[in-house]
Amino acid sequence: MTILETGGERLLAAVRALLEQKGIVSTNEIMERMAITDSASPGQGARMVAKAWVDPAYRARMLEDGTKAAEELGIPMRGMPPLGVLENTAEVHHLVVCTLCSCYPRAVLGYPPLWYKSAGYRARAVRDPRELLASEWKTFIPDSVKVRVVDSTADYRWMVLPERPSGTDGWDEARLAGIVRVGDMIGVTVPGV
Amino acid sequence: MDKEAKRAPHDLGGASKFMCEPVDIEPHSLTDFDREVDALRQMLAAKKLMTVDELRRGIEAIPEADYHRLSYYQRWIRSITDNLLRHGVITETELRTALEKL
Amino acid sequence: MFASGETVRVKDAWPEATGPVHIRTPYYVRGVVGEVVRHLGDFPNPEDLAFARPAERRPLYHVRFRKSAIWPEPKPDDELLIEIFEHWLERP
Repeated sequence: MTILETGGERLLAAVRALLEQKGIVSTNEIMERMAITDSASPGQGARMVAKAWVDPAYRARMLEDGTKAAEELGIPMRGMPPLGVLENTAEVHHLVVCTLCSCYPRAVLGYPPLWYKSAGYRARAVRDPRELLASEWKTFIPDSVKVRVVDSTADYRWMVLPERPSGTDGWDEARLAGIVRVGDMIGVTVPGV
Repeated sequence: MDKEAKRAPHDLGGASKFMCEPVDIEPHSLTDFDREVDALRQMLAAKKLMTVDELRRGIEAIPEADYHRLSYYQRWIRSITDNLLRHGVITETELRTALEKL
Repeated sequence: MFASGETVRVKDAWPEATGPVHIRTPYYVRGVVGEVVRHLGDFPNPEDLAFARPAERRPLYHVRFRKSAIWPEPKPDDELLIEIFEHWLERP
């Protein structure tokens, strides 16, 4: 057995002790970083989606440059990979996956969910997306709509701008943001009321 | 597809062996271990001690059986440790001593 | 450089067969013909970054493929959209 096969919890404790002792990474820094990371959540992406639904100019800016659109709403993007936004329409439905690892728009959605990182999702999303969405999420994409699977392989991160569901006329941004779920912004589900 | 015989273990798009694998879509909270490993990776990147690409290389170097057996963040800490050893930020002797002291 | 709308083929190369590498071009798309959607920008080559080598900035493209060009597809219009570095693309 090599030293790298040591259990993860023990490796983490030993590595952290060494880095602390050498003055490279302190416990305080780890705690601060955890708090910052925990503060990113799908609610941020949902605010962007809701604003895009009510503000056509914002929608255009968001599709042009997701990073700037996130910053406009006060979402911290410094040091984050560029954010691209994929617009679902009556003609095309986008689904985001990272078949090579787990690239995910963390700045606007927080930590990736377990399913996003799973071998089953990574394998099936590119090859049989309609079957995957139907069997796991009960999301049925009509035959008339093209499915475009976005394999997030490099320096961008991608989020989906879903279509605004009917039955939401007159809703304000906060109420609209409340119906947007993580899955809607990856494309495994579509928002509804 | 004959290309499949040539894919690396982490290169999972359309991999036949996972096409019937169910996906657990329930929400799962991260553990403290998960969040600490995540934060440590970010700190090492911020201090220019390890790029995310090096993290991935280290994960991809994990033998296939271990890759699928280990949890997501167990893969990460293994790769982080591998990279710190490679760069001489820590030595194997130091790591052994630190593990014994736990 | 490739222009938006240009037809490209992903190189049918398998560097992982010859030694330790880090590649961001999925196996399933190698050798497949697609269409450049747009240039996304230039980014340091991850194949070098992964080994802590000096990494040149390389153009990165969003490239669209017909899914039926890769797997048998009952819905012929379905597509894949993938980020691919210029050094993995050639003119067919």
